[in-house]
Amino acid sequence: MGGAHADVSKHMKAYIAVFVALAIGTILTVAASRIHVSTPAHIGIALTIAVVKASLVAAIFMHLKWESAPSIWWVLLVCVIFFVVLMLLPSLTTHDTPPQVVHGTWG
Amino acid sequence: MSAGVLPYTVKPHPVTGLYSGKFGTWLFLASEVMLFGALFSSYVLLRVGAPETGPAAWPSHEETHLSWVIGGINTMILIISSVTMVMAWASFKMHDFAKGRTYLIATWLLAGAFLVIKLLFEYIPKFQHGYVPAKNNFFALYYTLTGLHGLHIIGGMIVIGYFIGPGSSLWRRDPEYYTNRIECTGLYWHFVDLVWIFLFPVLYLM
Repeated sequence: MGGAHADVSKHMKAYIAVFVALAIGTILTVAASRIHVSTPAHIGIALTIAVVKASLVAAIFMHLKWESAPSIWWVLLVCVIFFVVLMLLPSLTTHDTPPQVVHGTWG
Repeated sequence: MSAGVLPYTVKPHPVTGLYSGKFGTWLFLASEVMLFGALFSSYVLLRVGAPETGPAAWPSHEETHLSWVIGGINTMILIISSVTMVMAWASFKMHDFAKGRTYLIATWLLAGAFLVIKLLFEYIPKFQHGYVPAKNNFFALYYTLTGLHGLHIIGGMIVIGYFIGPGSSLWRRDPEYYTNRIECTGLYWHFVDLVWIFLFPVLYLM
């Protein structure tokens, strides 16, 4: 993270801009939940807005935009891979059917 | 423990390129993603697997009686607290201790407001009306997710409170080290906000 005094002053404008964006995002999330679309569309819209909001928090408030150390990005890469696996687990369970029981094979 | 005992509290570690507190915080946050990720995954599994009709069906918004207004107010409170937290760090970075401390106090108060609203307007009325964790899968997940998130808020308040109070003496000894510790606290606090950004639509709107 840049330590210079001037850099931090510049960041402050970004913090306020992100705050406004997050507030608008929250209003949009509520508004989107009131429109009449299918449940998967509702979930898709709500999660898309949430991902955008979360990305803004991570990039600006958590300073990832200004991070250059590769160690953080390696940690995040592994974290994202495992997170995706966790999110895929529910769909993997649908393929996890018990094997068919074969009767009478022992005579 | 004196400030000089731990290495790389201010200067970057030659291997990670970061001061050690920050690298440790990111590792901790990665483990936190797994913790909440497992619970979100459970939510998806139980919701997708719920029958269309019958007593085990996923409850509608009318049945859960969760107010998006209260959830929305708490969302805004956490977002504002994230702004005050990052402003606190920026103030310390610009050597303005009084301003930074004021922002920290504001963050602590906003965190307290979040918990008070959660308790007085959600948990207590819900319990009084029989909406307990055992009612159905939705409420089991609702209390687990929001309860775990609430514990994180309490944890954050303890740490922020420490740096407002006794921990602030570090500022006089080593202001850069203190500012870095505030940055780590902020990373954690923004993560708590980030989790709520997903919890709000998932529990209140979807």
